[in-house]
Amino acid sequence: MLACSRRFGVVGHSKSAIWVRSAGGFERGFTLVVCRACRDPPCARVCPTKALKLREGGGVILEPTKCIGCGLCREACDIGAVMWDYEFGKPVICVHCGLCVNYCPHSVLSLEEVV
Amino acid sequence: MDWFKSLSNVLYVDLTRKTYWVESREDLFSKWLGGIGVATQLYKEEVPKNADPLSSENTIIFAVGPLTGVYPLASKTVAVFKSPLNNYFSESHAGGRSALAIRFAGYGAIVIRGSSDRPVYVVVEDEKVRFRDASVLWGMRSTETVGRILREVTPGSGHRAIMRIGRAGENLVRYASVVTETYRHFGRLGLGAVFGAKKLKALIIVGRKGLSIPDIPTYRAVYDEVYNLAVKSPAMKKYHDLGTAANILVLNSIKALPTRNFSSGTFEGAEEISGEKLAETVLARRVACAGCPTACIHIAALREPYPEEPYFYKIKFISYDHEPLYSLATNLGVSSREGFLKLLDAVEEEGLDAISTGVILAWATEAYLNGLITEKELLTKLSWGDYESYIKVVRNIVRQPNDFYKTMALGVEEVAKKYGGLEYAMAFNKVEPAGYHTGPLYVISLLIGSRHSHLDSGAYSMDQELLATKKPLPTPQEAVERIIEEESWRQVLTSLVVCLFARGIYKPEVVEKCFKPLKREVSVEDLKRLGREILIEKQKIKFSEGFNPLNIRIPKRVLETPTPHGVISEDYVREALNYFNLMINISLKLKG
Repeated sequence: MLACSRRFGVVGHSKSAIWVRSAGGFERGFTLVVCRACRDPPCARVCPTKALKLREGGGVILEPTKCIGCGLCREACDIGAVMWDYEFGKPVICVHCGLCVNYCPHSVLSLEEVV
Repeated sequence: MDWFKSLSNVLYVDLTRKTYWVESREDLFSKWLGGIGVATQLYKEEVPKNADPLSSENTIIFAVGPLTGVYPLASKTVAVFKSPLNNYFSESHAGGRSALAIRFAGYGAIVIRGSSDRPVYVVVEDEKVRFRDASVLWGMRSTETVGRILREVTPGSGHRAIMRIGRAGENLVRYASVVTETYRHFGRLGLGAVFGAKKLKALIIVGRKGLSIPDIPTYRAVYDEVYNLAVKSPAMKKYHDLGTAANILVLNSIKALPTRNFSSGTFEGAEEISGEKLAETVLARRVACAGCPTACIHIAALREPYPEEPYFYKIKFISYDHEPLYSLATNLGVSSREGFLKLLDAVEEEGLDAISTGVILAWATEAYLNGLITEKELLTKLSWGDYESYIKVVRNIVRQPNDFYKTMALGVEEVAKKYGGLEYAMAFNKVEPAGYHTGPLYVISLLIGSRHSHLDSGAYSMDQELLATKKPLPTPQEAVERIIEEESWRQVLTSLVVCLFARGIYKPEVVEKCFKPLKREVSVEDLKRLGREILIEKQKIKFSEGFNPLNIRIPKRVLETPTPHGVISEDYVREALNYFNLMINISLKLKG
């Protein structure tokens, strides 16, 4: 999350497109929520302004100027992979750049080539 | 948010009036960095000299620092308060998510004043603070359950810390802890009792904000440098692999592993409860504090059958490390892994400090075997290794069913003063020690350290280094100088605030470099000077509260049981104390 926010030169979680939370407290370990790059993404389907464009290889790309910050995309994603930028009131969408992978010392994250 | 402006924000929470406000304290954060440096100054403003630690006059200060969340392993929060265990200025540190939550909620410190008339928990969600009724949580058996409920009724999953107390804190046991994220503790010196006295069941902090810093390209480069040091360093690998539990066999092999109330430096059952054996047999998971790539938290799985019905089990996850292994296993003669985990689980459920609890159980065993106390007081028999009886005693320390247990709740010094066995009541300025019997430098450090903790200066490793390099002991004066030099530098580390496990990474030159992208000029010399100054400030407060190193009790036991450096000479230790007293008094005079 820290690495993902750092893409934008921000220290914190506020720009992170991935989310690490406990799976029911630290006693149950952690769950990592990250965009699965759906081929037919529900988040794009519900966007009223077509701010989410289909991305080649799966997932979506956000056009921030079109986005009105309604948050429907967040509700449409059942795994919770559409994060929120509280500062700008708009979603944070994973672009599958793989930066986070470089800062995962325990090989939980990996970047895969899509065929 | 600008990194420095938001760091300078101090959130004041008044539990008496159920109100809160924010003050910008750039004055404090520009001079004292953050963490312990700033918290010490806030303590001076907040806590009157003769304040009763369990009254509303006591104030709790949580502080983070300029590196918190900005660099790897800057993942700790410093808590400062007046200790109900020894009545002095004191501090305790914890990780979990506490530090990043405070920092990303937009604060450098949180000051908790006053006390509530009824049980409350406080939710800090970025700029909002809510006071919520905790009556339904008060008296609940397990701190783990309290955590689960609070997770369900508060927002901010993945961005929050849930600090809470158990029944030990509610019942004002003077060594009650505050638990955060189930496995991390503000363990030492009784912060849990201060929460309890304030009727503060829990403090939840949700931080979702981001910080902006001036020089991003340099920041990325320095970040990578520190990150690579952290993930490639053999020292950090040790914490990840076996964790601090790796110390058990190391200390045992040099005869420095406190056993059966410090009556021996070796434990015949060490193998069974060693870090190696635990990792092979019960280790279930390793996790990390937020902002740390190391993952030193080792969690064991304990499968327990229900007593009444066959084939029904519950699985409990219990985190272990060196200190509870010493205090609740070797020092009590417990060599059963299952027994140790069950006992530790009871201590965690109740919200007690594992170190202090183990030391008091060890005293009680010896006092019982010597006939100073009987079953009438203890309400059970006791013998070394009998973990089931120890669990009963733990429950009774919290329930306090008789006068004996009411005194047990005050700490080992108080109970031994009343019932006898002071010569083997292991406490230094009333603080029960951590798990080392390495030699005289460690003992001196416990006596003169600003919080009487093994981590004040890590002098156990100075003893071990002397041994490894076959060097003779330094003079008592030199010993004091070395201890103070190390403790001074640690004031810098805990002002930044970085985890002390990362002390090998955050060398002075690295720290200096870390400030570059923040556009803040800090030189190695400035940092070192500041460290000494913070330490003097802390000692000054303690001296004004009545601390006197010349009157401090040295438990006889520690001078009788041989260490790897042989039997510790009392003269050597007293000479060191005299020198320390002189040094501090001169510093205080020079400062006026």
